[in-house]
Amino acid sequence: MKFRYYLNRNKSKSIAMDRLKVLLISDRVDCNPDMMEMLKKDLTRVISKYLEIDADAVNVQIRKTSLKDKGTYQAKICANAPIKSVSNAVTLKP
Amino acid sequence: MSEVIVVTSGKGGVGKTTTTANIGTGLAKLGKKVALIDTDIGLRNLDVVMGLENRIVYHLVDVIEGNCRLKQALIRDKRYPGLFVLPSAQTRDKSAVNPAQMTELTQQLRDCFDYIILDCPAGIEQGFQNAVAGADRALVVTTPEVSAIRDADRIIGLLEAKGMSRCDLIVNRIRMDMVMRGDMMSMDDVVDILAINLIGIIPDDERIVISTNQGEPVAGDDSKVGQAFMNICCRIMGKDVPFMDLAVKRRFFMRFTGLLKKQREVRS
Repeated sequence: MKFRYYLNRNKSKSIAMDRLKVLLISDRVDCNPDMMEMLKKDLTRVISKYLEIDADAVNVQIRKTSLKDKGTYQAKICANAPIKSVSNAVTLKP
Repeated sequence: MSEVIVVTSGKGGVGKTTTTANIGTGLAKLGKKVALIDTDIGLRNLDVVMGLENRIVYHLVDVIEGNCRLKQALIRDKRYPGLFVLPSAQTRDKSAVNPAQMTELTQQLRDCFDYIILDCPAGIEQGFQNAVAGADRALVVTTPEVSAIRDADRIIGLLEAKGMSRCDLIVNRIRMDMVMRGDMMSMDDVVDILAINLIGIIPDDERIVISTNQGEPVAGDDSKVGQAFMNICCRIMGKDVPFMDLAVKRRFFMRFTGLLKKQREVRS
């Protein structure tokens, strides 16, 4: 039982790395939490037009990804929006 | 050709002064003429770390205000030829000096020294602005902790905004046993997050505490920390030195006792 604790324990290093990546990007982009909240609301509204999503579970983050070929870094927005039901999805007509 | 280097970090207590003292000593041991300037006005510490606190007559603000000549204020470290320290004032505050005056001071020193190393105060206010003003390049010191890395990132942003041509990273106080356990960010992780050139890694070692107690920098002695500082000095001089292997080899029985200790910690 104790051994399982060690195996499953989330390494504190990866927690620190994940937190820092999010933190530094918002520091660099210099956007305040209010703006992020507004962005989240707008995104939710737009996606809801087409799919039924769980509005409470939408998660929007700014992350930093390394462009391996160029050796530089780029900020990108990651949005997670769990879809509630696919059946209700609107079929778009061309 | 002389170079003005500022040692900075943003966060306090990550080892700026210790790094400055050791890099200065290391470069002097390598035969360079080095001037160390403590720019932390009001909270001077470089002199104690170097063990020269009893020899201060004039200080930085005296030089700036013209109360003495620059040569009079520079303390010669008798242990190493070519190593000089310019202490800061203890009874004044950061506003006693402005960036233009600091730039002029470093310009004067360029004539007689190979390296001029500025020990920057913590923070991003006037003290930082003063220290950075005359510098050609920066060494950003950080530890593998969230708070120190965040501040280092901020400092790197400010240095880039000021047009600092070269910024290099020193990861201080790394504990290899914790890195291997997955409880501390490795130097690769820190470099990955901060995205600047790594110039050195320094292991956490109690010898540093002993050396500051004695007022004698460790650079150049046979310990791993001493060697790590020496490697940084070589890289500053433009030599290509491979990063040292800090991995701790745990013997079979040590591994066993470590496991027992862990079990006890969980139970208690």
